[in-house]
Amino acid sequence: MFDYTFQWRPALRALPDMLAGAWVTFETAALSMILGVLLALALTVMRRMDNPLPRAFANLWVSIARNTPSLFQIYMLYFGLGSFGWHISSWAALLAGITFNNAGYLAENFRGGLKAVPDTQMRAARSLGMGAFQAYRLIVFPQLLRIVYHPLTNQMVWAVLMTSLGVIVGLNDDLTGVTQDYNVRTFRTFEFFAIAAVLYYLITKVIVLVARLLAWRLFRY
Amino acid sequence: MIEIDQVHKSFGDLEVIKGVDLTVAKGEVVSIIGGSGSGKSTLLMCINGLEPIQRGSIRVDGIEVHAKGTDLNRLRRKIGIVFQQWNAFPHLTVLENVMLAPRKVLGLGRAEAQEIALKQLAHVGLSDKLEVFPSKLSGGQQQRMAIARALAMSPDYMLFDEATSALDPQLVGEVLDTIRLLAEEGMTMLLVTHEIRFARDVSDRVAFFRNGLVHEIGPPAQVINAPQRPETAEFLKSVR
Repeated sequence: MFDYTFQWRPALRALPDMLAGAWVTFETAALSMILGVLLALALTVMRRMDNPLPRAFANLWVSIARNTPSLFQIYMLYFGLGSFGWHISSWAALLAGITFNNAGYLAENFRGGLKAVPDTQMRAARSLGMGAFQAYRLIVFPQLLRIVYHPLTNQMVWAVLMTSLGVIVGLNDDLTGVTQDYNVRTFRTFEFFAIAAVLYYLITKVIVLVARLLAWRLFRY
Repeated sequence: MIEIDQVHKSFGDLEVIKGVDLTVAKGEVVSIIGGSGSGKSTLLMCINGLEPIQRGSIRVDGIEVHAKGTDLNRLRRKIGIVFQQWNAFPHLTVLENVMLAPRKVLGLGRAEAQEIALKQLAHVGLSDKLEVFPSKLSGGQQQRMAIARALAMSPDYMLFDEATSALDPQLVGEVLDTIRLLAEEGMTMLLVTHEIRFARDVSDRVAFFRNGLVHEIGPPAQVINAPQRPETAEFLKSVR
């Protein structure tokens, strides 16, 4: 019934290639987080504007990002845009898809976080003569960062795992792409994907650990 | 000089200030007393432009606070304000709390800002708490830090919005002593307070607010010791 023979040696020989893939995975996730945070900040500002147009745009973005599968989001960016004649690379589609998703989730976190910083902090800052932007930068933002720090870490972990969806739009140099390549050539499915899973696990564990150290250094109060 | 002239202020349909006149001359200490909801605190927020007004005018050293072209950020440098709820910046140490505005608003260097902050913190008796975060301070200490923070901008005016109302009774004294010290040094102050005895001791004039109006104003010997109007007497009786 169970006559699968494990053969780890060929799988382990592929380890350098898989590690290179893991690096692409990490890079892609990190980049999607940086862009995602910037976009989320912009969305947060737009959602607080009086003008209904940017508000509606930002709300639509957030609601699509949060309420549709990320698989669908990446698919639409690759094949959807492709069918309008706008072709982007697999990697660009994956990056854009995850960034879109990150921005949506983070914008929602930022909104909640801003509510948790009391208005009186802004008042106190303004009463000392700070401009609105200065008060946000020096008083509100640092406190917001602490509130959204753990959701931010979560989203980074989630971004790493989401990169595995790149394979469906033909990405072949990230961790899942490399693994899938070896899989179709050797049919050692279990070995390769087990190694890939361990690598994903290690990446996210290291991220959480580094985040924890950083938080300890960053938030002394 | 702070000149408040026929100021009206509403929140939506609710008019909380209904035509207040009040002046605070240089070096003068004026206290505002009155029941909650009489518009006392709101008036303070209007003076430094944190709240808009609907009618009337407020001038600080001749500058119209609510005029279109007024640089509020610049005006606020000379008006220190201390809030009921302290509003310490939780992510900064005591020293950083006090140094921040001199550095970022006045553009002073680190050394100079630190010198000012150290001086003001000594002034309020917090020299031993420099590296502590506000969450480790008592309410009274946080409030004294907030006073030092406002003083570090070397303001010409200090506004106190019920500075002791949120404090435990045993901590009220230390904050009042700090304010009293400022009064003795000749700081121009406008205090909204429920501490009637304190108001009598430090003020040059006391204003009794009622229903969004100055109901009675005069030296403490009159307003507190011998009120001319029955509502003032009634209020004083209720808080004693």
